[in-house]
Amino acid sequence: MAKQHVTTTVNGDQVEFLCTTEQTLLDVLRDELYLTGSKEGCASGDCGACSVMLDGRLVCACLVLGAEAEGRKVETIEGMAKGDVLHPLQQKFLEHAALQCGICTPGVLIAAKALLEKKPDPTETEVRYWLAGNLCRCTGYDKIVRAVMDAAAVMRTA
Amino acid sequence: MNDMTTPGLANKEMKIVGTRPLRPDGVDKVTGRAKFGADIHVPNMLIGRVLRSPHAHARIQSIDTSKAQALRGVKAVITCADFGDLPSEFIPAGEMMVNFRDMTRNVMAREKVLYEGHPVAAVAAVSEAIAAQALQLIEVQYEVLPHVMDVAKAMEPDAPLLHEDMYTIGVEPKPAKPSNIAKRVEFGFGNLEDGFAKADVIVEREFATQPVHQGYIEPHACLASVSEDGQSELWCTTQGQFIVRAFCAKLLGMEVSKLRVTASEIGGGFGGKTVVYLEPLALALSRKACQPVKMVMSRIEVFRATGPTSGAKIWVKVGATKDGRITAADALLKYQAGAFQGSPVQPGAMCAFAPYDLENVRIIGFDVVVNRPKVAAYRAPGGPISEFAVESVMDEIALKIGMDPVEFRLKNAAKEGTRAPYGPKLGPIGLVQTLEAARAHPHYQVPLKKNQGRGVASGFWFNIGGETCASLNVGEDGSIALVAGTPDIGGSRASLSMMAAEELGIPLERVRPIIGDTSSLGFNFLTGGSRVTFSSGMAVVEAARDIIRQLRTRAAKLWEVSAEEVEWADGHARLLGEGNTKSLSLAELAKTAGKTGGPIIGNAAINATGAGPSLATHVVDVEVDPETGKVTILRYTAIQDAGRAIHPSYVEGQMQGGAVQGIGWALNEEYIYDDKGRLQNAGFLDYRIPVCSDVPMIDTVIVEVPNPRHPYGVRGVGETPIVPPMGAIANAVSHATGVRFTELPMSPPRVLEAIDSKH
Amino acid sequence: MAHLVLSGTLKQLAGGTSELDIDARDVRQLLRQLGERLPALAPHLAQEGYAVVIDGEIFPDAWLQPIGPDSEVHLVPPIGGG
Repeated sequence: MAKQHVTTTVNGDQVEFLCTTEQTLLDVLRDELYLTGSKEGCASGDCGACSVMLDGRLVCACLVLGAEAEGRKVETIEGMAKGDVLHPLQQKFLEHAALQCGICTPGVLIAAKALLEKKPDPTETEVRYWLAGNLCRCTGYDKIVRAVMDAAAVMRTA
Repeated sequence: MNDMTTPGLANKEMKIVGTRPLRPDGVDKVTGRAKFGADIHVPNMLIGRVLRSPHAHARIQSIDTSKAQALRGVKAVITCADFGDLPSEFIPAGEMMVNFRDMTRNVMAREKVLYEGHPVAAVAAVSEAIAAQALQLIEVQYEVLPHVMDVAKAMEPDAPLLHEDMYTIGVEPKPAKPSNIAKRVEFGFGNLEDGFAKADVIVEREFATQPVHQGYIEPHACLASVSEDGQSELWCTTQGQFIVRAFCAKLLGMEVSKLRVTASEIGGGFGGKTVVYLEPLALALSRKACQPVKMVMSRIEVFRATGPTSGAKIWVKVGATKDGRITAADALLKYQAGAFQGSPVQPGAMCAFAPYDLENVRIIGFDVVVNRPKVAAYRAPGGPISEFAVESVMDEIALKIGMDPVEFRLKNAAKEGTRAPYGPKLGPIGLVQTLEAARAHPHYQVPLKKNQGRGVASGFWFNIGGETCASLNVGEDGSIALVAGTPDIGGSRASLSMMAAEELGIPLERVRPIIGDTSSLGFNFLTGGSRVTFSSGMAVVEAARDIIRQLRTRAAKLWEVSAEEVEWADGHARLLGEGNTKSLSLAELAKTAGKTGGPIIGNAAINATGAGPSLATHVVDVEVDPETGKVTILRYTAIQDAGRAIHPSYVEGQMQGGAVQGIGWALNEEYIYDDKGRLQNAGFLDYRIPVCSDVPMIDTVIVEVPNPRHPYGVRGVGETPIVPPMGAIANAVSHATGVRFTELPMSPPRVLEAIDSKH
Repeated sequence: MAHLVLSGTLKQLAGGTSELDIDARDVRQLLRQLGERLPALAPHLAQEGYAVVIDGEIFPDAWLQPIGPDSEVHLVPPIGGG
């Protein structure tokens, strides 16, 4: 069967690609657009390592078909920093040592950004429940939560 | 071998070591730039997929790959016929002795399949879709055999036999019949009978734990490229690129230097990536197809076919006097190894009672095969299982004699000079300090409410050294390229750079660390055993001191004095003597290096010894919901001896990460199989690891009892944190409910059943 | 003269012997002589790849590690990690 031709916006840039019907948005980002920052941990929407924003909504890219990106707006980890200026979340993750192996980090950062856009002043509990869809096996989540709360504080005063 | 105990900077004030700078590889990780195993694409690349056994135990009667080979787009198909059979040969790797006869069968089944998910064939094709289609076309005839999943059942005389040639080692005389018991081990000393006779209180309990997976979020992934002349490149996510090289070279009959292995960034390992699964298959496929082959495991494959740690049955008996002195300790461990021998029952047996000063102790252990994936190392392999049981029994003893659990442990704590249960005397260790810190911690005083309980447990793990190489290359502008050979799984590039910068007296930003491939350095044992900060750190320090010697010599030549008249301080060579102001910075000496003798590099190639055990004490408060059986962790404090914390944030990170893995092991994680030996919960939805909302902040206290054998006093810290949690949580849940829990996980249905049966 | 202490499995294979003095300058000599004096141990030593503990310090593979005149020596299984 012929591939689908898709036109979409990724991190502000218009892109076009071909994909099969079965390919997920995650497959397309990684294998057609070579944006490997979004990771596959499970391919079943359980780990959050593939978290991206689709039309301003937090989704697991492994649960969206590549073809569904047609005419929409996709934002990935590669678009989080602005030039060489890191987003406060990225900066705080580094300062708090909120990553060890780093495989979950892109997904966590995208999810945390989505939270702070909706709720600039979350409680610790709200942060924990919002991030419950992002599995981390290295950190035990402690420093991740601290980094998110600290970034939120910085962003509120900016 | 240099004497790394020379005080050097050990007594000087540290400028960088002990601070919390940003890690040098951090920006790439928060921007998605860092390349993990699956993040590679090369031209002309094929996709490889594996055909796996649907049966837990079966004889392979025939494999017909002809239809798959004929499918358009398929470039290579392999089976066991593409791998030479290897004789039984044991070499040490990880905490287990590796047998190549077993290893070749684990990566590709030969006579039999021994677990659901066992690889039977593999294909490489131009696309994922065609590879998947090709797998469907491979026809395998199986003779299904009865299977056994439980360690106790596997030890019974009429259990289904996995290996016809398995005769228990460590039993005299050698058994007449084969069995599923690969080995019997025994440790201990003293007289148990006398010891128990002296006891006022004896507690004896049986425990059971389930296999749990390391749970790394990144599945196994690699890309292999074999040229027509046999020279090969392998990119893979691994804890040990040199180990991968050694294993693959052996399995494929290659010369070691012909295979260059590059370690990608690794998305978690915890011991599970110290073995090979896809790598030999990718190499064999690439060799056949003469094209690069990329292979990535799905999450389902990771659960079905990669080593979890052992499940076990443990029996522990401890006797103590009424004033709290342990008089005898006895344990029997039965660990399941999965389909091939090699469970961590030995280290489990050695560690079980190690936090205690004992006169009469015995531990017997059995390594037993079952029809499950072959077990792989998981953070302090073997230790958490046995120590969970021991810490539970110690808790019961303390309760029976009316003694506070921390006081009881202090009364019996192992110290420097204590004879470890496995024989030798221990060097300096910090157990007592962690217990005292627990007792003094505000957590210990927080009042508890109804349905709440507090648990304490201590933990011991050995830590290792091992073969390690490192290079420091001085650039023409005086900046340093640091090449280490141990993959960075927890932030070690930060601590290694810090030690280099500290030694050289230069700012941290002047050091750029990378992890070298197998061609760039001499042999490095893998990242594991909590050895990197210790061993690679030691190698980096030695390499730095080597550079300093050279820099002093260069300065001496320029000043026309002898090298003894030149010292190195604060990043400068200085001429000694009153009134002398002559000094040259590293940058200045580097600039003229070409003219004073050539490039300046420091190399170290060591077999690091002197790693010291890291001891810990954890305190946890839980609340048990009597209606649902749910256990909530209210508060958790982890206290551990790090020797010296080079970068405290990353030491804390190890403590917190290990504690939360332990929480998952204690409360939720287990494998669920059907009656055909097929895994039912092969995904993160139903194999429930802790999520962010399951746990509170994990408070940490770093105690420092320096290890005199490391130039900075470093002890490994990575593994010990997973040792105490299950014991601490089981003790807490037992106190909260009044019921002693002896089986893991303490999931809600089990807790509820236990509470209900009490009434 | 190394004072070798055997416990557990090794002690059993040695027929109950728990201590012996071996005149060895380094680890390699020690293992060779141990195998000669207690033949039942020899195959076990070769297969298991024991680490040698000299005065409390573990040497996993160090054939040439010197053993002092009054050293206390133990054999332990090699320990790796995860």
